[in-house]
Amino acid sequence: MGSRASSLLREEDIEEIKKQTGFSHSQITRLYSRFHSLDKGENGALSREDFQRIPELAINPLGDRIINAFFPEGEDQVNFRGFMRTLAHFRPVEDNEKNKDPTSGEPLNSRTNKLFFAFQLYDLDRDDKISRDELLQVLEKVDVEQKMSIRFLH
Amino acid sequence: MASSVYLCLLRAVFLVCFVNPLIQGLSGDTNVIQNPHHQLEENLTGLPIVTFKWHHVQTPYLVIIWVFVAGLAKLSVVELNHHVTSVFPESGLLIIMGFILGGIVWGADRAQTFKLLPPTFFYYLLPQIILDASYFMPNKLFFSNLGAILIYAIFGTCWNAATVGLSLWGCYEAGAMGNLDIGLLQFLLFGSLIAAVDPVAVIAVFEEVHVNEVLFILVFGESLLNDGVTVVLYNVFDAFVALGGPRIDAAEIFKGIFSFVVVAFGGSFLGIGFAILLSLLTRCTKHIQIIEAGFVFVVGYLAYLTAEMLSLSAILSITFCGICCQKYVNANMDEKSVTTVRHAMKLLANGSETMIFLFLGVTAIDTEIWVWNTGFILLTLLFVFIYRIIGTFLFTWMLNKFRLVPIEVIDQVVMSYGGLRGAVAYGLAALLDEDKIPEKNLMISTTLIVVYFTVILQGITMKPLVQWLKVKRAAHSDLKLIEKLNNRAFDHILAAVEDICGRIGDNWWTRGWNRFEENYISWLLMKPKARKNRDYLFSIFHKLNLEDAINYVSEGERQGSLAFNRSDEAANVDFKKQFGSEFADVMPNIMVDMSTYELGIEHFSVTSTVKDTIPSVSLDIHGQDRKNAMDDINAHHLLQQHLYRSRKHHRHKYSRSHFSINQNEDEVQEIFQRTMRSRLESFKSAKMGVNPAKKITKHHKKELTHKHLTKHDLVFLVDSAVGSETGAINSTFMRDTYTVGAGIENPVFLPDMDSPSHSLPWLMETEAVAPSQRAQRRLPWTPNRLRRLAPMRISTCSTDSFLMADVSLTLEEHEEQSQTDHEEMCFFLSTFEVNRL
Repeated sequence: MGSRASSLLREEDIEEIKKQTGFSHSQITRLYSRFHSLDKGENGALSREDFQRIPELAINPLGDRIINAFFPEGEDQVNFRGFMRTLAHFRPVEDNEKNKDPTSGEPLNSRTNKLFFAFQLYDLDRDDKISRDELLQVLEKVDVEQKMSIRFLH
Repeated sequence: MASSVYLCLLRAVFLVCFVNPLIQGLSGDTNVIQNPHHQLEENLTGLPIVTFKWHHVQTPYLVIIWVFVAGLAKLSVVELNHHVTSVFPESGLLIIMGFILGGIVWGADRAQTFKLLPPTFFYYLLPQIILDASYFMPNKLFFSNLGAILIYAIFGTCWNAATVGLSLWGCYEAGAMGNLDIGLLQFLLFGSLIAAVDPVAVIAVFEEVHVNEVLFILVFGESLLNDGVTVVLYNVFDAFVALGGPRIDAAEIFKGIFSFVVVAFGGSFLGIGFAILLSLLTRCTKHIQIIEAGFVFVVGYLAYLTAEMLSLSAILSITFCGICCQKYVNANMDEKSVTTVRHAMKLLANGSETMIFLFLGVTAIDTEIWVWNTGFILLTLLFVFIYRIIGTFLFTWMLNKFRLVPIEVIDQVVMSYGGLRGAVAYGLAALLDEDKIPEKNLMISTTLIVVYFTVILQGITMKPLVQWLKVKRAAHSDLKLIEKLNNRAFDHILAAVEDICGRIGDNWWTRGWNRFEENYISWLLMKPKARKNRDYLFSIFHKLNLEDAINYVSEGERQGSLAFNRSDEAANVDFKKQFGSEFADVMPNIMVDMSTYELGIEHFSVTSTVKDTIPSVSLDIHGQDRKNAMDDINAHHLLQQHLYRSRKHHRHKYSRSHFSINQNEDEVQEIFQRTMRSRLESFKSAKMGVNPAKKITKHHKKELTHKHLTKHDLVFLVDSAVGSETGAINSTFMRDTYTVGAGIENPVFLPDMDSPSHSLPWLMETEAVAPSQRAQRRLPWTPNRLRRLAPMRISTCSTDSFLMADVSLTLEEHEEQSQTDHEEMCFFLSTFEVNRL
């Protein structure tokens, strides 16, 4: 698996992903092998079913939202680039300024982008607003405990 | 101030008076102690009516006197001028008090007869403090930071010991200390005993400072776990000193390292073993609930002593015993036992801590032990301080490479400053063998100076330092709901991403452990009943109800005791005390640890909405009419009740195994009914918008009540659309059995469907309700509306005690039911429904 996986990933791809997302070389290769193992259909892209095959994700209350977050608007397949782009949001925040060049915009794991990503998880209908119902839905899924204490919200 | 001065004087006088004869008695009559009877018989010339039997009671008397004095000392320290207490840490003040007391004893008798002996300290004073610390340890926090804690505890302590010992030795060789009969090994031994951060001192100082919890758990966890290392180092170097320098070779050193593994892990596993024993014990103690609380202390102490006996780390043993058993013991034991354990634990720990610090002061006033060597002492202080700083920064730098949330520099400063030495170091120093270590007194002196320095000086400066450095403090208020929600959501998100990446991270371990623990360990260690009651939703429900109840009562008390009369807001009834037993019976036996109650629902509690929407004006509108008519009857029955009842009021029943606060179920239920009725009332009035004027400022709360009322799930109050008054009333529920003059109306009582012949509780001659005096002065105002409070629950699976409670009671109603009331009642009844969880 290892060798096959890395042979499908070219060096320049790795470089590009590295620049875009900030992952290190070894991390990218490792994630690629994971991507490959998830990709049962072997078509170089993941579909929703592939994600749903992960057992722990099924019992996660926010699982389906995370899965949706990987797929850009309207599409059903996510390639490796998209996969990495989403995962890059979860890298630790780097507060150093030295790598910043003004043309590249904010890195994917900046605080603002993280917030934006989290916002999208709440905002199901993607209208850039979190409505009361959406908040309640999250509450319902995530925390029954809190729901029971918010007796006034209903 | 005056009171404390008075107390001090009192104590001084008391001590001087006592100490002198005590000392006389102690020193003079050593032979007589053995043969008091003989002495008596020898000198007997006539029948002594009263004899002074000092020797019989000597030992326990002295012990108790000192405990008493320690208690008085703590009292006077606490009562001191506020300015002093805000600057000085309490532990420092206690040490100073100890100086004074030591001075008094010294003055009475030219020797320090009351020293802190190591066995006393290690066997009688220390275990309960450690048990208390571990029983209340926040487990989640502890285990998530366990890696860091272990690094600091093991490597930090070794580092401190090595560097201090070696540096001192280096300085000695360089001649900075003059002539001492001491060698490298002894320096290392000294280093090992002075290196240990002391849990007692850390608790004492950090308790007043309130730093953020991660920082606290790091310092505190380190102080607890470093005992493993300290014991090993101490024993190893002690043995090395006994062996002598030349016989130490690689094998011995290797044995030393190996002994660390054995001692530390052995102690921990022993503690875990005793925790399992304790959990299994509490699982079976259903029928001796009165003494099951004692098992915690006994088994904990056993763990400590057993480890000590096997020369394993006793502190580690009792620590892990406490940490591992807390969950199961709290689940298995009766709620009352849990409360008992908690309070007794705190009492013992506090008392021990007071005594330790006091004695640390007393033992200083002793000319025998003081050997002053400027170089040694000052250098020790310096090295202890510096190497702590260096060590902390070094290890934190290493740790931050692996931690997700790095430890900030400011926290590191506080951590290094918080490396307080305390009584453990002194105890170890006092245990040194004088033959092997001729400079024992020097070491004791130095240790005492270091302890005083850290506890007093660093204790004083800790708070200002923390404020100056703007250390992140402990969160003062509970997290807002949205914060909690988001935290939970993020936890889930992170776990999901971890799964996607296929990475085995922290979350995986936590979840795996939780699953394993739930399936196997809980099955073994928890009572089946407790396991069932751990149902998540149910425990939340219980917690919420209890919190409501407590808020309710405190609000009622805040409003004044007559609030019940005036505004029906709250009954001045000690809800929990009265209903504790009831809860225990009706509700499942689950433990609510209110101190760990994390749900910050004060913002949204029912009672807060209640108190804001009670319109006392509207009360009067309806109440006045009734009031006048009923006043006479009230007065009559009030008198009747109390004139005849007062003597019978208290039912004394002595029993070793039973002490009940108020077991009169009827009374309990009646008072309960009233309160619930009043609460319902308030909701009703809020819903009907009876008095809008009153709620200008709390308008939003009224709306909340609205919403609350419309879709309430769990609270036992009405739920549903406001306006539907068309429900067909089941008229059997409302029976007009009121008879004027039958007694104080208690309209809350529903007619019982099954046994309508239930007589009114207050009419029962023998044992009946004696409603609270305050409640009787004024009737609850709209009995009709509140008829529907008792359970209409048809469902048998309700576990709501509030509802089940009054099934058997009867309802009295006013004749003058207004039609509107009737209608309201109808809709109440028809639409009442408590949704199942």
